[in-house]
Amino acid sequence: MHELGIVFYIIRDVKKTAEENGVTRVSSVVMNIGEVSTVVPEYLTDCWRWAADKEPLLKGSELKINPIPAVTVCEDCKTEYDTVRFGKTCPSCGSTNTVLLRGNEVEIESITVPENN
Amino acid sequence: MDDLKVIEIKKSVFADNETDANNLRKELKDKGIFLLNLMSSPGSGKTTTLIRTLDLIKEKVRVAVMEADIDSDVDARKIKDATGVESIQLHTGGMCHLDAEMTRQGLDNLDLEETDLVILENVGNLVCPAEFDTGSVRNAMILSVPEGDDKPLKYPLMFSICDVVVINKMDVAPYFDFDLEKCKEYIRMRNPEAKVIPICAKTGEGVEAFAQWLLDEVAAWKVSE
Repeated sequence: MHELGIVFYIIRDVKKTAEENGVTRVSSVVMNIGEVSTVVPEYLTDCWRWAADKEPLLKGSELKINPIPAVTVCEDCKTEYDTVRFGKTCPSCGSTNTVLLRGNEVEIESITVPENN
Repeated sequence: MDDLKVIEIKKSVFADNETDANNLRKELKDKGIFLLNLMSSPGSGKTTTLIRTLDLIKEKVRVAVMEADIDSDVDARKIKDATGVESIQLHTGGMCHLDAEMTRQGLDNLDLEETDLVILENVGNLVCPAEFDTGSVRNAMILSVPEGDDKPLKYPLMFSICDVVVINKMDVAPYFDFDLEKCKEYIRMRNPEAKVIPICAKTGEGVEAFAQWLLDEVAAWKVSE
């Protein structure tokens, strides 16, 4: 249960931010999840439901996922391509000298809190 | 309740752990302690490989072992009974990996004054341990022959963060259509720097190469800036 562990880290970070901002109730948490981050969005939201409802700060809050498509760039011919389709090998020149540009994110983008909080 | 306010965070979930891990690495450097993070799938032969390795190095370096598992203390007992090396068991409380903070708590239970090398046997898993830096100086993983020569393609992150890949159970390679050269090529695709060491922990074949790599790394770490 990889996603549950990640949910615990998200909860810890959100609690910290809430404390710093004097927030006692969170409506939603927005996550940027990269396509090749190894996090399965459906599992993450399921784990969130289970774990967040145990926290007064987060009870009933929604975890919104903003998926980030994975893009790799070829260092040799500078082509940017779809990582999931072509993997490590550049479809344009066949080089494996390639670097993942984005798609590896497991990032908390923001939290939404009621205005009268 | 209608009006909502947005608070931006824009932070990787792994960021705090990375800071903790870097701090831990610095502290260990000051104390002259080398931490090896040993990872693999369940059943790859980590504990057996470790016992063989400890027998080869325990007279040359002051070593202690931390065994991380979700539950039980069978591994820590096995290591202590077989080698006499100080060995403690860490429980991850259901978590599938160890992070830097859990590693630190484990280290607090060892006599670090009397130790040069700590080997952390991480939870058997090829996904999560690769994402959470433990504060180790080097990462090693064991891939066993029955798992297949294509594992580096399926778990790219794990192979890309390891300094050494030990390939265990080489004695059964003919029964599993395991192609060592192909496996090495797949590892190189993910990580051109990784050292590959084929072994058979059951007979001990090849283990001295891994033991020597470890002793060399510990010696280099002691004198590095």
